[in-house]
Amino acid sequence: MGAILSVDSLTTSLHNGVAIVDGISFGIEQGETFALLGESGCGKSMTALSLLRLLPDGVVHAGGTARLDGVDLFGLRERDMREVRGGIAAMIFQEPALSLNPVLTVGQQIAEVLELHGGKNAAISQLPSNPSRPPLVRGGSCNSSPDKGRAGEGLILQRCIELLDQVGIPDAARRVTEYPFQLSGGMKQRVMIAMALAGQPKLLIADEPTTALDVTIQAQVLQLLRDTQEASGMALLLITHDLGVVAEMAHRVGVMYAGQIVEQASRAQLFAEPLHPYTQKLFAALPDAARRGQPLAAIPGSVPPPGSITQGCRFAPRCDKAWALCSEQTPGWTEVGEGQGVRCHLYSERGVGSKAREKIPSPPAPLPQAGEGSAVVRERGVQSSLLQVKDLQVHFPIRKGILQRVVGQVKAVDGVSLEIAQGRTLALVGESGCGKTTLGKALLQLIAPTAGSVQLAGHELTGLAAGELRTRRAAMQMVFQDPYASLNPKMRVAEILEEGMATLNIGGGSTARQAQLDTLLDQVGLARATKWRYPHEFSGGQRQRIAIARALAVSPQLLICDEPTSALDVSVQAQILNLLKSLQQELNLSYLFITHNLAVVEYLAHEVCVMYLGRIVERGTAEEVLRAPKHPYTQALLSAVPRIDGTGRERIRLEGDLPSPADPPPGCHFAPRCAQASDRCRAGYPPATDCSATHVVHCHLF
Amino acid sequence: MNFTPVILWSDALVFLLLAACLAGAWYIRQHEHLLLPWRRVAQNATALVSLLVLALFLVVGLLDTLHYRAALPERNGGATVYSPEVLSVFDKLVEPLRVQTEKTYSAPLALTLYAKESTSDAQGRVLRDYPRLKFGGAHLADEAQRDGDVAWRGFKGALAGLLAGLLVVLAGAWLLLPSPASGRGIEGEGSQSKQKKREGSLCSTPLSPTLSRLRERGLPLRALLIATLIIATLIGITFNLATAYHVLGTDKVGQDVLYLSLKSIRTGLIIGTVTTLVTLPLALLLGIAAGYLRGWVDDVIQYVYTVLSSIPSVLLIAAAVLMMQVTIETHPHWFDTAASRADLRLVFLCLILGMTSWTGLCRLLRGETLKLRELEYIQAAQAFGVSSFRILTRHIVPNVMHIILIALVMDFSGLVLAEAVLSYVGVGVDPSTISFGTMINAARLEMGREPMVWWALAAAFGFMLALVLAANLFADAVRDAFDPRLNRTEANA
Repeated sequence: MGAILSVDSLTTSLHNGVAIVDGISFGIEQGETFALLGESGCGKSMTALSLLRLLPDGVVHAGGTARLDGVDLFGLRERDMREVRGGIAAMIFQEPALSLNPVLTVGQQIAEVLELHGGKNAAISQLPSNPSRPPLVRGGSCNSSPDKGRAGEGLILQRCIELLDQVGIPDAARRVTEYPFQLSGGMKQRVMIAMALAGQPKLLIADEPTTALDVTIQAQVLQLLRDTQEASGMALLLITHDLGVVAEMAHRVGVMYAGQIVEQASRAQLFAEPLHPYTQKLFAALPDAARRGQPLAAIPGSVPPPGSITQGCRFAPRCDKAWALCSEQTPGWTEVGEGQGVRCHLYSERGVGSKAREKIPSPPAPLPQAGEGSAVVRERGVQSSLLQVKDLQVHFPIRKGILQRVVGQVKAVDGVSLEIAQGRTLALVGESGCGKTTLGKALLQLIAPTAGSVQLAGHELTGLAAGELRTRRAAMQMVFQDPYASLNPKMRVAEILEEGMATLNIGGGSTARQAQLDTLLDQVGLARATKWRYPHEFSGGQRQRIAIARALAVSPQLLICDEPTSALDVSVQAQILNLLKSLQQELNLSYLFITHNLAVVEYLAHEVCVMYLGRIVERGTAEEVLRAPKHPYTQALLSAVPRIDGTGRERIRLEGDLPSPADPPPGCHFAPRCAQASDRCRAGYPPATDCSATHVVHCHLF
Repeated sequence: MNFTPVILWSDALVFLLLAACLAGAWYIRQHEHLLLPWRRVAQNATALVSLLVLALFLVVGLLDTLHYRAALPERNGGATVYSPEVLSVFDKLVEPLRVQTEKTYSAPLALTLYAKESTSDAQGRVLRDYPRLKFGGAHLADEAQRDGDVAWRGFKGALAGLLAGLLVVLAGAWLLLPSPASGRGIEGEGSQSKQKKREGSLCSTPLSPTLSRLRERGLPLRALLIATLIIATLIGITFNLATAYHVLGTDKVGQDVLYLSLKSIRTGLIIGTVTTLVTLPLALLLGIAAGYLRGWVDDVIQYVYTVLSSIPSVLLIAAAVLMMQVTIETHPHWFDTAASRADLRLVFLCLILGMTSWTGLCRLLRGETLKLRELEYIQAAQAFGVSSFRILTRHIVPNVMHIILIALVMDFSGLVLAEAVLSYVGVGVDPSTISFGTMINAARLEMGREPMVWWALAAAFGFMLALVLAANLFADAVRDAFDPRLNRTEANA
């Protein structure tokens, strides 16, 4: 069986000739999923856009061919290409919220695709008087006469509902008339998939289809893609940075680095034995429980900008296996085995020969991080708790009407209690919208809590006057999610770092402070000279280091880390996690780690709290919660995470989405989505049950 | 000393504004990230050419701002007596234009008045003919010589202008070229060779390294060069013709229309710039306070600007101007010259325009601040307990500065046009102040005459168009240079 899509040395470059996608070749067969894996800036999305000829201004197709179902994509006229887009080849995008038109109903948007690409569609061709259309000609004849138009519209509506049903949207007949804002993120992505399926494509390009979604929703969407593929036999080009998603979805994988495919293999081959040093590093950089206590194998540096490396292997500057040849000669494509190939001198004939002659530096052992005394974390005994939170509530009033009367409360945080001991890490886990970030800000008193108490080192923080609060602020700081939004672009690094010190009167005079800044930059692994530069000159990982240094500048005891690595690539995430870990050991810091990434939790956390709709449903040590989860929600959450080794795992599928915190379900909040819910669950909120001295769960099952 | 300097209110404000601009420019030069967008402006050919045009207008306006009163020959008990007429340096420079007034209308470059008059010759016969002008083309004996003379003078003027333009370009090259070299720590070549190289570029021979460095910085030298030469030629022609003719004709009382148009520039510029002095503090302070503090502060400020912007601004301005007019007329002893009285009225017009036009910018700033205050660096500052005032000044203001700048350059042209409209309606500047609005107002009747007097309106139209178009094109370029969305794609590409 021939490939549906075959791409041959596709090159896409900027107008100045710098190649963003540099001679990549691959093929996808019918019913096959091909995953393009790589970090951001590697040219994955550009590859997809090149295939559909949707390149942004300033980027042009510079060479190579792509044949889709026997049609040469780059030989088509633009009007014929319009037939291909959405017809033979459809695409779904990363951000479902931005890919639907907010002023059109879901049905109208799907109908648009059906009208344009419904030529092959059985429902429309049933129309007796519908003239048969030649392929690749836009069919607008549905509306040529009012009768046919109306009949066509009815059929189109019917087909819309079918499609929505097919992608698992409940009550499709009602949803078809709704607007995108009435749907949740997962629903929107389903609608996007329905739109893509409307043209009955032979190739579906999915560009990070689940990156913006929660793990439970991600599992739903991935399952849907698999089911659809099975039913229709279409080929799927999946673009992702997530090895877990690749492991679950792909049949074959192409690993991209700096515009080139550096390794291509079947999933089994790749996960059994990654060949290219970059792929190996990607695996090694993944945090998980097995690597607890060891530093992660972070890849130093970041992906080079396109065009910056013209000679030699593009990965050589970051590769610990590189030798002289790597920076002199560009490695060619080497076929290693059945369907497996790699672009690396380690496997090429010339490379092997040259390597034998040269004395190869032995791959250095993972560099011990600063302050990383032993490989094993010194497990400290439970000390007196640094932060104590009791029944913390943050409610936002909902106001309506002319008089702005309060008609309800959004219970973003609803009675949360937790404790963090000195030098320990507490991970707060939950889906987006469950109130994690609000809790973090309420602890810092950035949002005034409605009720409850927050005690830091024995001092009550709630209800303090601004002046008193300021004296306590130094003890607790925050590291934010988005390194691009957390640094003022108009201030230099030194000014950013100094701001907290100046406000809290820490660190003496300005000369003493400058010395401290140098120490801080050393601590977070940045050159001292960087303090005179502006944030826009730094990469995401470096910015996050600056943000950490800013928090550390006032020597806090507790750092609240709000998803500090979710905006970063895997290799950079590993750098930041290593940094956080070594800082904890060096400075005996406590962390409240807010995240949805359970792998990071396994790697870093001592204790875990699982949050659902403003309340903590399960609390315990990392071992207890992650190895033996009690609450059905925790179980579902854990099973939804795609694992790189995960085969034959029992998967608990969660139906639906997180309910609104303005109108929580009666009884146990999780009951409507819980497979094991009984009448008791719907009647009252379950009290705390102690499973062990440290493990507490809120569930009627226990 | 045979003159005494006079600083009118509007002059003081212009000097203040000028000082602020210079200080701002100096500050920007010290900060790389502030300089960056301006570099992008400098790489835009349209922006540079329109800036050149604007600069010419600005020079005229500034020269017209240096006021003085000349000493009179009479002495009053030892003390020098100064003329009650307030003149400007510009008036002095173009004195012939100012003082060579005809009897009434004459067409551009005409030798005679526009209407026939009855004159009696030596024999006592009454003739009806077009009388010759007192100054325009007075050197010509025969009217038939006019066309040749105009062409010849125009040609000479063009040549002289072109030469002057070349000199300016050379001087500019001299001044401009060493700066990038020293700025980059590279030893520049001798200025003599530089000059030669610069000349070389005029005939597009290979460029010197210094020049190519300028090229690297992306300055559109060719566009600037061509524009300079064209403008210099035009000025040369006008200048040479103006010594002998009324290039744009004369108005009802025989004043040179070219002179009136040039004098109008200052009024337009003052309305366009001084108004922002009033607008800016109000809009900035109220806008970011409303956006950052929210709550009742936001409510109050929003109510104020919503109410203000729902009153028809022409009515509001008319009421304020009429009240002010009455006040001025009942207190004539406040003013020692007519000019200072007219000037006060101009300043008040700026004030009133400013009071009614801050709402748009204020709304923009409030919106931007609402967006900024949710950003994480603001929250990080709040987590340090940084005071609201410091957050506003260190975090918010620098990050809304680009909006202010864009709004100011965009508003400038709108204000110049607003002055014209208000003066046309009759609630604008003092009738004795020369402005585009008063010129247009006068032209209303002239257009109804038969034969039509078209040149005053055409001149006002042309000058205002050049000024506003240049300002608009420049504002566009500034907006593009400061637009983060446009420049992000540029950075990626």
